[in-house]
Amino acid sequence: MAKFHALQDAVRTIIRPGMSVAFEGFTHLIPHAAAHEVIRQGIDDLTLIRMTPDLVYDQMIGMGLARKAVFSYAGNPGVGLLRRLRDAVENDWPRALEIEEHSHAAMANAYEAGAAGLPMAVFRGYLGAGLKDVNPNIRSVTCPFTGEALSAVPAIRPDVSVIHAQKADRRGNVLIEGIVGVQKEAVLAAKSAIVTVEEVVEQLDAHTNVCVLPYWTIDALVHVPGGAHPSYAHGYYPRDNAAYLNWDKIAADRDTFGKWMHENVLNADASAFASRVSQLKGET
Amino acid sequence: MTQYIADELMTVAAARALSNNDVCFVGIGAPSAACNLARLTHAPDITLIYESGTIGTAPEVLPLSIGDGELCDTAVTTVPVPEMFRYWLQGGRITVGFLGAAQLDRFGNINTTVVGDYHAPKVRLPGGGGAPEIASSCQQIFITMKQARRSFVRQIDFFTSFGHGRGGPHRQELGITTAGPTLLITDKAVWRPDPETKEFTVMSLHPGVTQADMADTVGWDIRYGADVEETPPPTTEELEVLRALKARTAAAHVKEVA
Repeated sequence: MAKFHALQDAVRTIIRPGMSVAFEGFTHLIPHAAAHEVIRQGIDDLTLIRMTPDLVYDQMIGMGLARKAVFSYAGNPGVGLLRRLRDAVENDWPRALEIEEHSHAAMANAYEAGAAGLPMAVFRGYLGAGLKDVNPNIRSVTCPFTGEALSAVPAIRPDVSVIHAQKADRRGNVLIEGIVGVQKEAVLAAKSAIVTVEEVVEQLDAHTNVCVLPYWTIDALVHVPGGAHPSYAHGYYPRDNAAYLNWDKIAADRDTFGKWMHENVLNADASAFASRVSQLKGET
Repeated sequence: MTQYIADELMTVAAARALSNNDVCFVGIGAPSAACNLARLTHAPDITLIYESGTIGTAPEVLPLSIGDGELCDTAVTTVPVPEMFRYWLQGGRITVGFLGAAQLDRFGNINTTVVGDYHAPKVRLPGGGGAPEIASSCQQIFITMKQARRSFVRQIDFFTSFGHGRGGPHRQELGITTAGPTLLITDKAVWRPDPETKEFTVMSLHPGVTQADMADTVGWDIRYGADVEETPPPTTEELEVLRALKARTAAAHVKEVA
């Protein structure tokens, strides 16, 4: 049975400085609460893997916890740039950040390859694109049957994957609904997995073909209502688009950012997330 | 005729290019507005796909992100992201990919990655996301963006996604079998690539736009088609539907949380 933990204990025992970590969730179900716990514990020198770094990595990078970022779209979706990530890339603030940049197709394929236990992903991509000239991990293989040149990237195998999901049952089986993104692949590709959930129920009562991760694929489960905010949990609360719009102002300035992180992350704990979504819940 | 602004005509002209039979991979921003306007006017059966995995979506308001919950609520089906890119995009199921850009050149090559050198950028932009493979796997690409000197440039700083390269048969030389950019709709004009050189050529100017306005907002020597027409202005219905969509969207996105 997957063990239910307090968030502090799950993060402390599983994530260590220097590890490669994937906090996944494609716009939906981004595990913000777990990331904030990593920030509070100051676990640093991390390689952060995520298709869309989003606010969650903007915050971790701005707090100086990342040595390297592996990503495919470093924007605040629909709003603009990620200003803390940008400051790190352009000005090495608060520390230099190594980047490994891919396309979405490449990262999605690489997670799938990781879950499948393969060393690399093969796909038809990067045709004429500039990334293959600046990222040595984008290479070419020739199809042995047709002779077609295809793109190859290494499989993603994180030390730890962290995701947020809607429900777990008492045994620890986890249900993910809505935009399921790459979370299943990220968990199955990783050496260890932490899952935070909105709700713990007696039985999942799920349709037979929905996305369920059996308890034995997960190392630690944590009950964190609201744990995706300002991302969302389908069926529980909508995306806090106003918070995403606001983030652009908060992250624009180093001091404003620092102050916000002190108030909302360093001097808060995971229980704050439930109240952050309480007003949003009326809208679903 | 109802008064309108250039931005509205851009969206309307882009929407008109889409048909009921299209399966359209939608980029966020201007493309999303155009695609949904098409769905709400002349193309109610168009299939709109966002890279978050939502297939056949019909949102009531324009999503802020490509993964807003309403896209999933209204979709025919929602698939995992690896499946989205492997089966549906790479598998050749998409008729039109609709993209915007930070920088564009006259051959429809797009940069959304960096301004300046990649390793020491002046401005680090978001990057490509799905665009590199959208550009090569969709049957054709439509581009919509506003004209400005800093974005319509002679040479882009980075090839985020490949259009027609240096023109002519460059796509085929790289083994790309799809048509690439076939249409560019801006706030001033409608452009199509020359059949041979693949250089974007002005096919119609929006009402009131002069060649001087064009030269002021484009960083290369503009080619004009043999018979440059005037883009038909928006109809009253198109404007009403677009404005209602934008008003619903604005109200939904600024909703503050105490």
